Amino acid sequence: MLLLLILFPLAVALLALLLPWYQARSWLLPVSGGLHLCLAGICVAGSDYASSPWIGLDALSRLVLIVTSLLYAGCAVYAVGYLNLRRDRGNETIVPCLLVFLSAMTLAIAARHLGLLWMAVETTTLASAPLIYYNRNRLSIEATWKYLLLCSVGIALALLGILFIAYAALVGGDMPISLQLDTLLANASQLSRPWLHAGFVFLLVGFGTKMGLAPLHSWKPDAYGEAPGMVGALLAGGLTSVAFLAILRAVQLMTAAGDGAMARQALLGMGLLSLLLAAIFMVRQPDIKRLLAYSSVEHMGILAIGVGIGGLATFGAMLHLVNNALTKGCLFLSAGNIQRAYDSKRLSKVHGALATLPISGGVFLAGFLAITGSPPFGLFMSEFTILRGIFGNGQFWIGLLMILLLAMVFIGMGATVLTATQGEPVKLESAYKDSFLLVISPLLFLLMVLLLGVYLPEPLQRALREAAALLEVQP
Amino acid sequence: MMELINPLLLAVILINFYTLGSARLVACIRVVAIQGALLALLPLLSHGMTFHAMLLAAEAFCFKGVVIPWLLLRAIRRVRIRREMEPIVGFVPTLILGVLTTVGAFLFADLLPLAPEHHDGMFVPTALATMFSGFLLLITRRKAITQILGYLMLENGIFIFAVLLSAAMPVMVEAGILLDLLVGVFVMGIVVNQISREFSTINTERLTALKE
Repeated sequence: MLLLLILFPLAVALLALLLPWYQARSWLLPVSGGLHLCLAGICVAGSDYASSPWIGLDALSRLVLIVTSLLYAGCAVYAVGYLNLRRDRGNETIVPCLLVFLSAMTLAIAARHLGLLWMAVETTTLASAPLIYYNRNRLSIEATWKYLLLCSVGIALALLGILFIAYAALVGGDMPISLQLDTLLANASQLSRPWLHAGFVFLLVGFGTKMGLAPLHSWKPDAYGEAPGMVGALLAGGLTSVAFLAILRAVQLMTAAGDGAMARQALLGMGLLSLLLAAIFMVRQPDIKRLLAYSSVEHMGILAIGVGIGGLATFGAMLHLVNNALTKGCLFLSAGNIQRAYDSKRLSKVHGALATLPISGGVFLAGFLAITGSPPFGLFMSEFTILRGIFGNGQFWIGLLMILLLAMVFIGMGATVLTATQGEPVKLESAYKDSFLLVISPLLFLLMVLLLGVYLPEPLQRALREAAALLEVQP
Repeated sequence: MMELINPLLLAVILINFYTLGSARLVACIRVVAIQGALLALLPLLSHGMTFHAMLLAAEAFCFKGVVIPWLLLRAIRRVRIRREMEPIVGFVPTLILGVLTTVGAFLFADLLPLAPEHHDGMFVPTALATMFSGFLLLITRRKAITQILGYLMLENGIFIFAVLLSAAMPVMVEAGILLDLLVGVFVMGIVVNQISREFSTINTERLTALKE
């Protein structure tokens, strides 16, 4: 079943390469997105834990899988409307690449072998490079080159980290030299400490580049800024969660070896730095998509802080992962609509979006309130839980710093978003109109985030608790 | 065959130096191809003629020694660029830095808690030195092609280290990793082509429109 989930998007990608009709090719995306969501739902609900030594689902990967699949399905519906607007650019490349991207992400989520995980994450980089290059102008070339080079080098370092962990097994003796996750976790106490620590650092740097944790985030504003809105949504909500999952595997390994404290401290440090840098760069940001990219850096920081604190905050971080993915979907898709309508994403041209485009502008504004953690949206709950974890842990100053930075983000982001949305309606030069396909996904994402804020269903709560528990287990 | 390993690794280090000091792109691509081909022998020399080693060697030879260099040579033929002009740091300083990091790698490897059977070999220091050289190339050069070469050398360094651990890496995963590398260089080659078409140069310092 899981194997089917990974392989069928590849088959559809092949079909997309052969199909001669534009519309049919576009519609392959929502069809496969919906099918993926159904199959993922069955896989997640099923109880078969590890179907083979290679792929399997545990509580963490179940959570990431269902979130990514949901986000992808929404973006796929949006894609039909978007690709209709962009007939000039064509969809011969973007549709197969989006499908390969889906397959690679699923493989990365399900991988139970660190080598396989690495391979899948690198494939996501390669499949997403043409997505970022979709607009084919100077700026998108620059963004693609930076993304490709920085992420490839980062991921190469992660490979070195994985090899270091294998070497830790070799030097540690007394255990099979394997990179199978369960074998490693079971024998973690045998691993040679210096090599394990070095491996963790390289994994953190490598997958941290992919996730966009400061100071390794420099590709992010460029890539998210130049990519089409739906690609930004998939990268910011889906791919970052996958990279975070890869880092969590390393944290799991460190925890099993009894060095969880060191791993948590590293995550906490990088998380606070991400929050700080994002807050600084969001102030007076004149570009709405770059603003969203920095917001993504901020939320990656919050995830890292949550796991770095541990306990209740880890539960909060798991909830935050779900909320962040959905809200980023809503924001990037509505920002994409605004960009299409105004033919710009800079504040010099974009203003009065709420009056001009009531639905897209309204969703964008509401998405801003959600992402900055205003009640009653889900992010308020998750950020509040993380803060409660921090204060409950007695780390008063870290909690205070985080509240301060979150307030700074709210003000900085608010200034840009309000300038973009408030004001008199503008006479648009483009023929863009909000259509059903273009607004339904962001609206649904927003609704889900709202629901998560007022009511956390019992199955989800259990899933989050189980996922958090995986990161807490001591040997 | 173990006695052949050290001369081979020595040749790898010399190729690092050559790439750091040379301005001629075609020559650089060729020697990196030779480096890849030499490294392909490494699994055979250190593990003998097992199925796993032979497969790994064949793949590495095809990808690192033949296909990737061919892709890069084709890319620079299209953009008609022969020399790396005005590197950010000059050739002689980078060469000296390369020598220093290589010496550092040898000294550092002695301090590492290696497995007893790896203490005397040159595997680990060569891997470290090659990775450092790749990084130097990535940082100090302006041409997109040379940066790709730097990335390849970084991967070559990791490959040397991986040969020590072939037990941990199943055949399929190794094949996948090498395939990723190949596709990665292929995609980078396409981007280089687009850069040269849009900017009529492949100097990456022109790529500075996106910033705060």
